[in-house]
Amino acid sequence: MKYVDEFRDGLTARLIAEQIRQEASGQREYRLMEFCGGHTHAIFRFGIHDLMPENLKFIHGPGCPVCVLPAGRIESMIRLVEQENLILCTYADLMRVPAGRSTHKGDSLQKARARGADIRMIYSATDALNIAQANPERQVIFFAIGFETTTPPTAAILKIAKAMELKNFSVYCNHVKTPPAMAHILASGEARIDGILGPSHVSTIIGSEAYAECCHTYHTPLVIAGFEPLDVLASTLMLVRQINEGRAEVENQYTRAVSKHGNEKACALITETLEQRALFEWRGLGELPDSAMQIRPEYAGFDAEKRFSIDHITADDIKGCICPAVLRGVSKPDACKLFGTACTPEDPKGACMVSSEGACAAYYSFGRFR
Amino acid sequence: MSSSDFTSGVIEMGHGSGGRSSARLIEQLFLRHFDNELLQAGNDFARFEVPAGRMVISTDSHVITPLFFPGGDIGSLSVHGTINDVAMSGAKPLYLSAGFILEEGFLLADLERIVISMAKASRDAGVPVVTGDTKVVERGKGDGVFINTTGIGIVPEGIDIAGDRARAGDAVILSGHIGDHGVAILSSREGLTFNTTIASDSAPLHTLIAGMVALCPEIRCLRDPTRGGLATTLNELARQSGVGISIDESAIPIRTEVKGACELLGLDPLYIANEGKLVAIVPADAAENIVAVMRRHPLGGDAAIIGNVVTDAHQIVVMETAFGGQRVVDWLAGEQLPRIC
Repeated sequence: MKYVDEFRDGLTARLIAEQIRQEASGQREYRLMEFCGGHTHAIFRFGIHDLMPENLKFIHGPGCPVCVLPAGRIESMIRLVEQENLILCTYADLMRVPAGRSTHKGDSLQKARARGADIRMIYSATDALNIAQANPERQVIFFAIGFETTTPPTAAILKIAKAMELKNFSVYCNHVKTPPAMAHILASGEARIDGILGPSHVSTIIGSEAYAECCHTYHTPLVIAGFEPLDVLASTLMLVRQINEGRAEVENQYTRAVSKHGNEKACALITETLEQRALFEWRGLGELPDSAMQIRPEYAGFDAEKRFSIDHITADDIKGCICPAVLRGVSKPDACKLFGTACTPEDPKGACMVSSEGACAAYYSFGRFR
Repeated sequence: MSSSDFTSGVIEMGHGSGGRSSARLIEQLFLRHFDNELLQAGNDFARFEVPAGRMVISTDSHVITPLFFPGGDIGSLSVHGTINDVAMSGAKPLYLSAGFILEEGFLLADLERIVISMAKASRDAGVPVVTGDTKVVERGKGDGVFINTTGIGIVPEGIDIAGDRARAGDAVILSGHIGDHGVAILSSREGLTFNTTIASDSAPLHTLIAGMVALCPEIRCLRDPTRGGLATTLNELARQSGVGISIDESAIPIRTEVKGACELLGLDPLYIANEGKLVAIVPADAAENIVAVMRRHPLGGDAAIIGNVVTDAHQIVVMETAFGGQRVVDWLAGEQLPRIC
C-alpha cells in the first residue's frame, strides 16, 4: 500500500536497528518513554522489541485517550443517561472502559447500553450533531474525549451547533493536553526516563515547539515520531544520539506531517470555543493543573456539565488494578496480579486493557507468550 | 386470490397469521421464486430419497445491518453461508430450508428483492430451498428481516474432514483475499461514511471444495473464516487440534483498498469477516497440487500457502511479520472497535 509499505520495509528496519545497536553499545541503559499508545501498539504489532539491544527499554506512557479518563467521569455519564431520556454519543473505544464500583459492579457504557440506555457509537463528532438534528425532541450529549488530536472536531461542532441554534445538543468536554502530562511525569521522577518518543498526531495540531519548555526544564530529549515502525526506529536512533551527545532538544522525525507551530487554524478554533480548565483528574496521574480544556462561557449553552449540573464523582478503580502505575511508566502490565487472569480484553478491569492503544492490551495481545 | 402489493405494500401481522394473506404471500413470493417440485408439493415438509452414506447438517441465522450491501444482501448471504458450512465437511450440499422472521411494516418490495436474490443464489449453486417458514413479529420486535437457513449434504466416501485433525508439518492454505466482506459491510453502514469499491466476497464454495477433495481426500481441516476473520479461524483450529500454527504475513493476500480502510479505522484485517473464503489444512506434500487446482477455480484464483502447523503445547498462532519481527495472533477480544486516534 502506497505511503504505508515504504514505512514498513523490513530491510531498512534491520539497517536502522543495526545502527541503533552500534551507537547504543556502551554500558549505560537507554530508557525511552513512548508517550502515545499508538507507538506502544506499533512497537508490539511489528515486533520492534526483537530488534532492539538489551540495554534499550521502551517505557509505555499515558497517551491512550480512553486510559487516562477517570472512572468517575464515565460513571457520571452512565447515571445521567439512565436518569434522563437522552441520547449519549461517544467514540467506540470508550464503550468498554470500566466505570467505577459505585453502582453496578464492573459497569461500562456498553453494559449500560445493554440495560437499555440509548448510547450510540459514532465515528465522527459531526455524527453527534446529525443525531441531534434527527431527534429534536430529545437531548443529545456528545461525550468528547481525547488529547489535542480529537479536540478540533469538538471545537468545530460547538461552533456549528451555536450557529444552528440547536437547543437539544451539548458536549461533555473531557479533552486533555499532552505537554502538562509529560511535564508531570518528568517532574515526579518516579520513572527514570532518558528520552521521549513524542506524539505524532497530537503534534500535527500543537506543533513541535509545544514541547520545548518541557524538554528544557527537565533536560530530557524528545523526538516527535510517526506511528509507522520505521518512524519509531528512526526516532529511537535520533534519541540515542541526543542522549550520547548530552543534548536535550525537541527534534522532529515526523516532518511529513508536523511543523513547528502545528495547525494554527485548528488551534484558533480550539481557543475560540474552549479554555483551559484549572484542574482535571487523570486516571493514574491524579489531579493536574492546567491540563485539560473546558467549554468557554460564550458556549455555556452547549456545555453538558452546566446544562445537567453534573457533579464530579470520584470513583475508585478496581482493587488490585495497577493501571495508574502503568500509566505513569512505573510498572509494566505483567506486574499486575489481575493481568491475564481477572483482567483480559474480553473482560477488562482496568482501562489500559480496553483500547488496542492501552499498554496492557498490547502486552496481552502481542506479548504475553514471550 | 388477489395479489399482494409488491410496489408499496408492507408486511402486516396478517401475513403471519396462517390465514389467507399468509397463503397469498407464500404463493406469490416464496413459491414463485424458489420454485421446485418439493416445495410445490405444498406440504409442511420436504420428502426425498437419500443415498446411503454419511450426511451433514448445519444451520445458520442471519441478522445483518444493512440488509443490502455491495456484493450481496441478507438473502444471498443466507444461502452462501449455510452451503459453505455444509461444504466445509467436504460434503456435497443437497437441500436448504429457509425460515423468515419478518417485522411488521417491512417493505414488501425489499422482501421480494431479498427473496429473488436468495432464489438466484440457490439456483446458481444448484442447492434448492425445499421447505420454509414465515413468522411476523410486531413492529419494533425485529430488525426488518431475520433469515435462518439449514442445509443438508452428503459426505463422499473416504473423506474425514474435521477441525481436530491438523498435525505438525501440515500446510495451511488460504483461498484468496481476506477482509472484503467486513469492509464492504462497514462502508455501507449508517454513520460511517467512506466510499470504497470493495464488494462482499459472499459466494458458495462447494464446487471449489469438491475439486480439492477429489484431488486430495486426505485434506485434514476446512473452515470458512467468517466472523472473527482469519485470526479466529486459525486459533480455533489450533485449539481443536492441539497444535500451533505459524503464518507468514507477506503470503496473505489482502487488497490495498481493504488494507487502507483498516489503517484508517484502526482495524486489523486478520479479524475482519469473510463470506467466500476458506482455510484448508492439508498434508504438506499435497499442498502445491491443491493450490494449483484451487487456482483454476474462479473462487480460488488467489489461493496461497500461508503457513504451516507446528508442535506447540500452548496452541498459539504466530505470524512472521513482513517487517521482520514476530507477532502473536491472538483470539479476538469482544468486538473489534475503531480506535480513537
